Amino acid sequence: MTDLLLLIVSAALVNNFVLVQFLGLCPFMGVSSRIDSALGMSIATTFVLTLSSVAAYLLQSLLLIPLDVMWLRTLAFIVAIAVAVQFTELAVKKASPLLHSVLGIYLPLITTNCAVLGVALLNTNRAHTLAESVFYGIGAASGFSLVLILFAGVRERLQLADIPEPFRGASVALITAGFMALAFMGFSGMTRS
Amino acid sequence: MRLATVWLDGLWDRNPGLIQLLGLCPLLAVSNTVDNAIGLGFATLFVLVISNASISLIRHLVDEAIRLPAFVLVIATLTTSAELLIQAFDYPLYQSLGIFLPLIVTNCLILGRAEALARREPLLVSTMDGLAQGLGFFLVLVSLGAIREWASDTIILAALPPGAFIALGMLIALHQAIQKILKRFRSKPQPNTQYRRVRTTGDIP
Repeated sequence: MTDLLLLIVSAALVNNFVLVQFLGLCPFMGVSSRIDSALGMSIATTFVLTLSSVAAYLLQSLLLIPLDVMWLRTLAFIVAIAVAVQFTELAVKKASPLLHSVLGIYLPLITTNCAVLGVALLNTNRAHTLAESVFYGIGAASGFSLVLILFAGVRERLQLADIPEPFRGASVALITAGFMALAFMGFSGMTRS
Repeated sequence: MRLATVWLDGLWDRNPGLIQLLGLCPLLAVSNTVDNAIGLGFATLFVLVISNASISLIRHLVDEAIRLPAFVLVIATLTTSAELLIQAFDYPLYQSLGIFLPLIVTNCLILGRAEALARREPLLVSTMDGLAQGLGFFLVLVSLGAIREWASDTIILAALPPGAFIALGMLIALHQAIQKILKRFRSKPQPNTQYRRVRTTGDIP
């Protein structure tokens, strides 16, 4: 159990997916201009990430390894993720039309979020078990959500700041992200791997 | 005329790395050394050119409703080919690129070009666009790699994750500053609104 909790801490803080491993940067820069959209994106991504790490694990252990076609994993995983996204969208639509109207626009974007495919691939590379895969997925998703919401808060303030003209827009956002990454380096060395 | 715009857009005016901010993940992650940057730059260029060409060829066959899954499958197939080729011919590079090689599938630049241009334009324009955008991405990736590798001798931060963010931020600021000076000399207004993007990262001019 301690191992699993450490895995979450490791994926969320120490090796934060966005700021240390550079995964999921597109939504990090794209939907972080307002806090409420960042919140919507975080919830949708958390759900899909957890679901797709289970799906990728099952696909790998039941299909790819028995048939000895591991070189097809990229193709198989991206299809599994697309299916997971579509499934989530249908489930949310059926269960809560209100939630669907909030999350709806973020869901299709998640298919090309490299954090989702990244978690699936890292789970395979590190030979995680099913439980480890799920917890690694949860850790990655909570790290992503934490950083996304924090960054959205910073960017809302940045809009009011007086910034030299060449640095406006994406430039200052990236430099701010750099300082956040610097802060997250304080966590390094807290867990192994 | 058309091709000139395509090249200018890819290399400078709408550079994927500096303006459209597409494909940020590999850009920041793999720019720690020049060797890695060149390897991934070539792999991305390879996938982008062939995917643009093949999507342009099948553009009349693919139904509007299922185009995204179809494009993703084309891109995933090409990425797997690139992965197997690099694994066969340059195993050390394959190991140092790690998961960023299979992650070319989710590089938004490639799906973005398919969605914005290749599904409407004939073969020649699409291939040229793939080449131009791919080269634009390649140049940013390699210059970022060179800056970080050179700077890491004196400033250790440059080789670490925060250095990647800050270096790219500085490059974008430099690009914007040069663009502002260039604008004074160009009489023709540049904004290009005809591209619809899959993803909105950064500001739409």
